[in-house]
Amino acid sequence: MSLNVQPIPGGPRSEAEAATGRRGAGTLRTARTLGFDLPAVIVFVGGIVAWELLVGALNLQTFVFPKPSAILAALQANWASGRFALLPSALATLQEALLGLAIGTVAGLAVALTTARWATARGILLPLAVAANAVPIIAFAPLLNNWFGLLNPLSKALMAAVLVFFPVMANVTRGLVQVDPAALELMRSYAASEWTILRKVRIPNALPYFFTAMKVATTLSLIGAIVAEYFGGAASVLGRMIVQSASALKFDITWAAILFGAVTGITFYLVVVAVERLVIPWHAAMRADG
Amino acid sequence: MTTPTTPAATPTSPSAAQPIVSIAAVDKQFSRGDRGGRAITKALEGIDLDVAQGEFVSLIGPSGCGKSTLLRIVGDLTSPTRGTVRVNGKPANQARRDRDYGMVFQAPVLFDWRTVEDNVKLPLEILGYDDARRTARAREMLELVELGEFLRHHPYQLSGGMQQRVAIARALAFEPAILLMDEPFGALDEMTRERMNGEVLRIWQKTGTTVLFVTHSIPEAVFLSSRVVVMSARPGRITKVIDVDLPRPRTDETRETRRYFELVTDVREALRAGGAALDDSETVGGAAASVDRTMAEGAVG
Repeated sequence: MSLNVQPIPGGPRSEAEAATGRRGAGTLRTARTLGFDLPAVIVFVGGIVAWELLVGALNLQTFVFPKPSAILAALQANWASGRFALLPSALATLQEALLGLAIGTVAGLAVALTTARWATARGILLPLAVAANAVPIIAFAPLLNNWFGLLNPLSKALMAAVLVFFPVMANVTRGLVQVDPAALELMRSYAASEWTILRKVRIPNALPYFFTAMKVATTLSLIGAIVAEYFGGAASVLGRMIVQSASALKFDITWAAILFGAVTGITFYLVVVAVERLVIPWHAAMRADG
Repeated sequence: MTTPTTPAATPTSPSAAQPIVSIAAVDKQFSRGDRGGRAITKALEGIDLDVAQGEFVSLIGPSGCGKSTLLRIVGDLTSPTRGTVRVNGKPANQARRDRDYGMVFQAPVLFDWRTVEDNVKLPLEILGYDDARRTARAREMLELVELGEFLRHHPYQLSGGMQQRVAIARALAFEPAILLMDEPFGALDEMTRERMNGEVLRIWQKTGTTVLFVTHSIPEAVFLSSRVVVMSARPGRITKVIDVDLPRPRTDETRETRRYFELVTDVREALRAGGAALDDSETVGGAAASVDRTMAEGAVG
């Protein structure tokens, strides 16, 4: 999938094609998705089984490579209580990530709207943003911890926010600016104001770019929160669980915590996909048809 | 041959009444700002043209003759280097602000996030029509272009010809004083193009709107127009204006009449005299060749 959303992807259809309705397309798509996903599911399950069997066959120690069954057992034992209570930790980390996602997205959108509206702002901000984006921002985590407090969830949320900011800003700016020139001429022929053009052309045009950014941003927000936690934080957060269980050589718990993070990340992603389908159904349909 | 009965057929030249478009001594130069030497391209030179209310005027010429530029100057999408353009008795800029223009481009420029109906409503939203009036008007226009069944479709579900019909419905929705069409059927195949030409004439006669139409297809220009304005390239000038006295309503049979072939030949010779080698488009060459063949057959029969 490319970021460049053309107005007429794949070219126009033939009269006949257009005349035969679109019924049955939904079921067809579901079937196609299932057919597409089935091999992936088989490989995934097969991988887990192979992992379980190989660890047993090679007689690997649990602290080197725990079996999936051992990880599941650790998950069950440490679900909500004890020193390594995973569920509350995951929820705490999720809160930090969500807060960071919200802050980073709002800031990214604000800057994108500013740069799209004023060319001068674009000239100043975009090169700076590109330069800043090349910096390994995660390195700032200890500083943020220092500024906002080691135990303050805000220091983790801000790490997530900084990571989220750049893809949102860069993508949405592109979506707002890269509008079909003919569409702008059309709006000009209606003597439409800049504000009208923003509302009726630029923002709808930017929506697919925004959702592309959000798919990356959700993952980045979790990474930001967990890595910031590595450098210290409240006791029951996912990052601390991972660091502490690893230093206590309870690697089955480490794996269980990572699993929690993975599931959270995937859920996050799926939520974005669902919202995207809801908000810009025309885009998904266009892609499926193109 | 029947005598023309529709009022639109009568004014083949600008009437004594005030013309709706009045182009006077228009020059257009593009300068490429090379450092040091400035290269100036003369796109248009000494253009004078009046278009009367209800006329269908085509601009034809080779690529680079500035026909699209002239249309864009009339529509105030770009401004002339010298000269004046008055539309409805006002400067072009004022006419654009007063929403006197309906524009149709080569690409349909429909928004994929809007349904067909909502695309047609777009200019009506900008002009502040209330919701009921928007809906009524959009549906009326879509009936006019015979897409009433496709209200809830999205543009990407339509064929190229259907998309262009939506664009025409949108352009006419707010009853602009003049319709500016910039090679609207240039991207369509020959068969669809001929059908669309019939559609446009039908719509034009039903609405009585004035049309300024840019094309590089000779048959299309002759079939549609009250007058064909022939242009030459570098600099873009008007070399000849040919009155098309074919009776209306024009139908597929019109394309097979002797007068039609004569006019096609007139336009082609005017293009040649203007130094226009028809090398810019296969469509023009192909269409002209097929006309030649049909004409030969007609002469035999």
